[in-house]
Amino acid sequence: MTALAHSALPSQVGLLAGRAIRRILRQPAQLVFPILFPLILLAVNTSGLDAATQLPGFPTASYLDFALAIPFMQGALFAALNGGQDLARDIQGGFLDRLAMTPMSGAALLAGQLGGALFMGVISAVLYLAVGVAFGAGIATGVAGALVLLALAIVISFAFACFGTFVALRAGTGEAVQGFFPLFFVLLFLSSAFFPRDLIEQDWFAIVATYNPVSYMVEGIRSLVIAGWDGQALAQAFGISAIAIVAFLALSARALRTRLVRT
Amino acid sequence: MTEERGIDVQGLVREFKGGVRAVDGIDLRVAAGEIYGFLGPNGAGKSTTVKVLTTLLPPTTGRATVAGYDVAKQGAKVRAAIGVALQDVALDPMLTGSEHMRLQGGLQGIPRAERGRRGDELLERVGLSDAADRKASTYSGGMKRRLDLALALLHKPRILFLDEPTTGLDVQSRTALWEEVARLAREEGTTVFLTTQYLEEADVLANRVGIIDRGTIVAEGTPAALKAQVAKPTVELVPRDGGECAAASAALAPFGEAVAPRTAGSIAVRLDSGADQLADIVRALDQANVAVMNLALHEPTLDDVFLAKTGRSLEGAAQEAPPEPAAERERALA
Repeated sequence: MTALAHSALPSQVGLLAGRAIRRILRQPAQLVFPILFPLILLAVNTSGLDAATQLPGFPTASYLDFALAIPFMQGALFAALNGGQDLARDIQGGFLDRLAMTPMSGAALLAGQLGGALFMGVISAVLYLAVGVAFGAGIATGVAGALVLLALAIVISFAFACFGTFVALRAGTGEAVQGFFPLFFVLLFLSSAFFPRDLIEQDWFAIVATYNPVSYMVEGIRSLVIAGWDGQALAQAFGISAIAIVAFLALSARALRTRLVRT
Repeated sequence: MTEERGIDVQGLVREFKGGVRAVDGIDLRVAAGEIYGFLGPNGAGKSTTVKVLTTLLPPTTGRATVAGYDVAKQGAKVRAAIGVALQDVALDPMLTGSEHMRLQGGLQGIPRAERGRRGDELLERVGLSDAADRKASTYSGGMKRRLDLALALLHKPRILFLDEPTTGLDVQSRTALWEEVARLAREEGTTVFLTTQYLEEADVLANRVGIIDRGTIVAEGTPAALKAQVAKPTVELVPRDGGECAAASAALAPFGEAVAPRTAGSIAVRLDSGADQLADIVRALDQANVAVMNLALHEPTLDDVFLAKTGRSLEGAAQEAPPEPAAERERALA
């Protein structure tokens, strides 16, 4: 890469991220649905499953506190899905070819695309937390914990966005990206998102939830809300998200090279 | 310093999976400032050639230089010298016209101050000033094409590639685009490589035409030379009295072979020795006492050339090409 291309990189990232954000803001469904739906689900679950807190061994007396981690995960899924579909649309519509005809670097494209996802991650994480607290959720680790929670939620959201980006680049169609959505949801349901792992009675479910990386992301967030500072839970959540980010970024970069065939 | 503006292609082959040769050994040369029309049916290999020349696909074998740079080895330099409007307009439906110009200008490395001015200027030239702040999703097909063209011109390319630029456009939009392309070549010395499946487009716009069929160039030359090479003009007449058809046919027989007329009720003859015979024809008809209501001389078309070279007519000659996801792209843009 030339020196010129290096100095142009920040400007390219800025332009592409600006475009990604503008695109999100101009599709209200992309903004409202991913934020509203998890909150509605939270309200439904909290009123419907509150009795679960009576179970011996349930870690908290408030199902809202317990379930607060779920919207962060669902929001991350939606953001990843929408971001991936936007990218797939660029590929299918030929816009990526147009970008490829400019001196744009592949890194700038990835960073710009993920910039949009980061934007969604920040907005929705702040909103979920604000709504949760407004409705009486208590954060056991206080203000510092809330800040760590936001950081973790954003990192998780970013990890999912990297996955969505990879699928879009690899498959190149919006349908393929959408096809992964149910899989994501199954992954979420087969985790400890809705029930603590040690209270799951079905052996297979407990095993799946134990091996499901999503469990550890959820438990990281949850630990901050209901248990207090838990170094191990946080290390696992941040660690798994970081591994996912690195892995899917590397895979995305490779898929982009194939996708962005330029001589 | 004079900048290289030509295209030079030698033995270009592009093979796809399964051994399909979309481009099968093409040689061509386009001079600076020339409009070169690449004419052929769907699936003939036009778009594949454009993708190779614009560095979006590496060639399988053969060599091509664009603006003096090797498309396989000096991609970045080629891209900096060319502007490209591909067959499917490549726009972001969520961005406005001027946002497109700013994004493209920024990625092209045009300084910020110049970006806005140049963008506005081009939008004005393609007649989109009034729609500059509307999202591309609200544009008509013709407007999308024009924005696509403006984007391709933003960095002042020396060579412009247009892949079927008028497919799906109404007559008015098509004519406007032709005028702009002709102006670019005439006034700015831009070299234009244009693919089309429309005979008229190649005929009207191109200085030179290459006819491509099944991945190879079957004929090349100026439209006039190509037509003169393969086909002779036809004279077609309608007698005033329908009963005189036989007499008219007999009078015309010495001038050439009778062919199927374009309109029912008329008589057509392909002239053996060209349009010079017209005066003799009129005299012969007069001597045979055939009163003529209408007499027309048809010059051969590029379709005649295509027919002579391939044995098929260009219209309806679309080949079984690997399906392009064109419809999908249209949907995605809608």
